[in-house]
Amino acid sequence: MSGFSVLKPGFLTLITDLGRFGYHRIGVTSGGPVDASAFRWANRLLGNPANAVMLEVSIGGLVLEAQLETRIAVTGAETRLTVNGESKPLWCCHRVRNGDRIELGFARDGCRSYFAVAGGLLVAPTFGSATTVLRESLGGLNGEKLTAGDQLHCAAATDGPLLMLPESERPDYSAELALRVIPVCRHGTFSRAQKRRFFSAEYTVTDRCDRMGYRLNGATIEPAVDGILSEGVCLGTIQVPADGQPIVLMNDRQTIGGYPKIGAVLSLDVASLGQRMAGARVSFRPITPAAARDALLSAERRFRQTELVRLS
Amino acid sequence: MKIHVAGEASLIIVFAGEASPEVSRKVQSAAVLLEQALADLLVDLTPSYASLLVIFDSVAASHRDVSKRIRSALMDFDCVVGDTGKRVEIPVYYSPESGPDLPVIAARTGLTQQQIVDIHLHCEYRVYAVGFAPGFAYLGQLDARIATPRLPTPRNSVPRGAVGIADRQTAVYPAPSPGGWNLIGLSPLRMFDPNAEPHMPVQVGDRVVFRSIGRETFFALGGELPGGEWR
Repeated sequence: MSGFSVLKPGFLTLITDLGRFGYHRIGVTSGGPVDASAFRWANRLLGNPANAVMLEVSIGGLVLEAQLETRIAVTGAETRLTVNGESKPLWCCHRVRNGDRIELGFARDGCRSYFAVAGGLLVAPTFGSATTVLRESLGGLNGEKLTAGDQLHCAAATDGPLLMLPESERPDYSAELALRVIPVCRHGTFSRAQKRRFFSAEYTVTDRCDRMGYRLNGATIEPAVDGILSEGVCLGTIQVPADGQPIVLMNDRQTIGGYPKIGAVLSLDVASLGQRMAGARVSFRPITPAAARDALLSAERRFRQTELVRLS
Repeated sequence: MKIHVAGEASLIIVFAGEASPEVSRKVQSAAVLLEQALADLLVDLTPSYASLLVIFDSVAASHRDVSKRIRSALMDFDCVVGDTGKRVEIPVYYSPESGPDLPVIAARTGLTQQQIVDIHLHCEYRVYAVGFAPGFAYLGQLDARIATPRLPTPRNSVPRGAVGIADRQTAVYPAPSPGGWNLIGLSPLRMFDPNAEPHMPVQVGDRVVFRSIGRETFFALGGELPGGEWR
């Protein structure tokens, strides 16, 4: 079986699908792409099933050699993609052949790229998913990030259309980010004044940001209690530990947590946050659960109805 | 029982303000009932001490729909609660070489190391939650006489099988990881194995007892002492 060989793995490249679900009760987290939106576009461009396996490339530096003929697409962070030294546009399908050298530079805007191939990578699932969670040593190739010499398997695809996402539909990762939050009002953990402070302040992403959580720095929010009885936490949950600085829980979060919570960020905005690096500025905006669902449904409609541009 | 919104695709059912065996039974039973009642809408369930987090398909259903289905599934639910948990025995080699914090706890509590072990062995524990890492089962409640706060600085590396205590809880580390619990022994039993079926010897709601084993038995059961210093 052939596919691609990894010449350079880059800073942090992980095999992923949409995530591992149904195993929280044994402490297994969901993982999955931090920017689920860029992930989904990559599969749609190639006509793949929504959950087809691809690579999440954080920061960049990936170099691959193709061993067969297929189509590829790279979405996400603004970066230089080359095939045999020739620049190629992102958000677009390209044909590659046996022996082609594919290089991803370092991200200039955003920080996570998605490298997908026609039909998806063939990776044996662990607990129903190929997503790599390093902390749990699960998924991917032996639960690890890619290393030089790894072999990625996929099927050849000699035909199929070359499609492109219209520029108007592509995200801007340097835009101001107002994260939509469903407030969580329990335990009387935050006074009205503290909540007002949280929703009117601006925060900076610190260098302690990874696939588990994004630690922010800004106005100190004082919870009325130090901790709560540990309970399940979902994607986007905003925890406020005793130091008063919020942490947004990302894909590789622990399944239960005991820090006071002030709300949960909408998944669409978790994806945008995951493209920001240390120094980026963010704020929070409260929305109702009904408004959150409207936003999800409208994003879903837009994803399905957007027409891709046919190049050949 | 109260149902709260926890996120765009999740609701949390809170059964009580604090943990108890009875509350834990309710959490366990509700998880079983909801798995059937929510069927395709269900993405994941996270049972914990006194709550159950329900993650659902938010494109297919609204908070209101799911909340209604939860209420109807859990109506009359107090009547059906039974103790479904099994009883699991975990062998432990207790000693200063396998449990480097035994002398520290002895000094702190004024008990002998043997008394600490006897107190740890005396109780039957309940699995209240699984989290922190795959297979990490929080067992309660530990006897107050040996309750010990977490280490001020967590160890960089705790070996698989390490038996720790933190406040009024005890647990067996399922995999090597950093950790701040006070270590009193090592178990040869694997608490998490992705290639085995079931993946864990215990689940939330089960009862656990510890059994003291000697050095030779520990090795015979496949146990290993970590090389070098405990960091």
